[in-house]
Amino acid sequence: MTRASALSRLGVPALSVCLFLAAWEIAVRALHVPTYLLPAPSLIAATLADNFASLTTSWWFTVRVTLAALALAIAGGVLIAALFALSRTAERALAPFAVVLQVTPIVAIAPLLMILTDSSLATVLACAWLVAFFPILANTLTGLRSADANLRDLFTLYRASRWQTLRHLLVPAALPSFMTGLRIAGGLTLIGEVGGEFVAGAAGRDTGLASRILEASFRTEIPKMFAALTLVALTGVAIYLATAALSRALLARWHDSERAP
Amino acid sequence: MALADVSLAVAAGEFVSLLGSSGCGKSTVLRLLSGLDSPTAGTITRGLAADAAPGYVFQDAALMPWASVRRNVELPLALRGERGQALHAKVDAALRAVGLDDSANAVPRELSGGMRMRVSLARALVTAPQLWLLDEPFGALDEITRFALNQTLLSLCQPQDGTPPATTVFVTHSVYEAVFLSQRIVVMARPGRVVDEIVIDEPYPRDAAFRTTPRFTAWCAQVSDTLQRASAGVPA
Repeated sequence: MTRASALSRLGVPALSVCLFLAAWEIAVRALHVPTYLLPAPSLIAATLADNFASLTTSWWFTVRVTLAALALAIAGGVLIAALFALSRTAERALAPFAVVLQVTPIVAIAPLLMILTDSSLATVLACAWLVAFFPILANTLTGLRSADANLRDLFTLYRASRWQTLRHLLVPAALPSFMTGLRIAGGLTLIGEVGGEFVAGAAGRDTGLASRILEASFRTEIPKMFAALTLVALTGVAIYLATAALSRALLARWHDSERAP
Repeated sequence: MALADVSLAVAAGEFVSLLGSSGCGKSTVLRLLSGLDSPTAGTITRGLAADAAPGYVFQDAALMPWASVRRNVELPLALRGERGQALHAKVDAALRAVGLDDSANAVPRELSGGMRMRVSLARALVTAPQLWLLDEPFGALDEITRFALNQTLLSLCQPQDGTPPATTVFVTHSVYEAVFLSQRIVVMARPGRVVDEIVIDEPYPRDAAFRTTPRFTAWCAQVSDTLQRASAGVPA
């Protein structure tokens, strides 16, 4: 990558964010917008600094639950996709359940999960898992089925075992689609986690950023709400960047989706 | 039904081309010979070792895009459990034979269409097959590359180092390619039948100079005429 293109890739988005924040700051000050409606970015940053210890504890809880749910979604989604790819009967038997889980809003399932598990952690984890699972399953399955027909024939001619075909052909062929699923699921897991926390409505030490947002809203501490919200947004961006970097690292050399323009 | 009344015998070491318009069943014959498909009626007898896989080359190179040239070529050996120095030596020899020893670590995307087809040929060659089945492998290449690969293919199937020649069935719709490469051309027409066989009675294997001889032109005219008569009355 040339210096100019690196500058443009990192510099342009950074500049546009800075301009947006500056415009926000100026507008709030010039129009005397009350802080309980819209705090200025500088006030949000100051609130974040003042509440750093409590907010980072909550942030760490949110991150751990999100990553755990994403890991479980990857494990479940990939395993069930492999099962579906190997057996149409298994797909016909189980696909309706996967679709029902996908189309039912988590806010509708969460109270039920709360009653069933009697644990806010389990509820939050289940909510985050539910929204991340289906994109992984659907994309991985598409990928497993997308292996080149001639290559499949070649594996048949050379009498590859099922395991060899899975390992040397289907899994690598599925990687680009799996990465697409992971990029979607990464962001959705965080949304599911936050949604789950809202519904579980837990308070206290072992709770995440959504609980801080709820508490702050009850106390009309709007700058604190924004501070917690900022951390949620930054976490989402970090997850997106991490999955995008992973995708680039794995696919850049051979797949068109990661080809440098 | 893709084929009707096809009767075909190929001698050991013979190079036979199946020539015909699209949809006349050439590829189906190849799939039946390879064992990828089974006939609904009739029989196929192969005089080769029962467990020997043919060297099969598709119309597109059918490479694993995520794997290096070396890993693509070693695939048939790796699938049957070979590894170590012996495998390396065979892969090196196959890459040398197709002139790709400098590109072993490239991935397919970094290669031209002609080079990708060379990898495909090396992958078929690496098991030293007694039977080569090629399904219009050079159809998508430019003329210069096609000529060069015709020559490479002959050197692989008909080696001049004392190794017995491999039996080869080559599907094409190019009259020139068929005349240059084959000892015998089987002309097919829709619906899936053999309409004629032409023995190209010229010294074999041939070199590039043969293309510029009046004999070559005469053979091409004869084969082309047969092909056109065979296809007459059958909508293209």
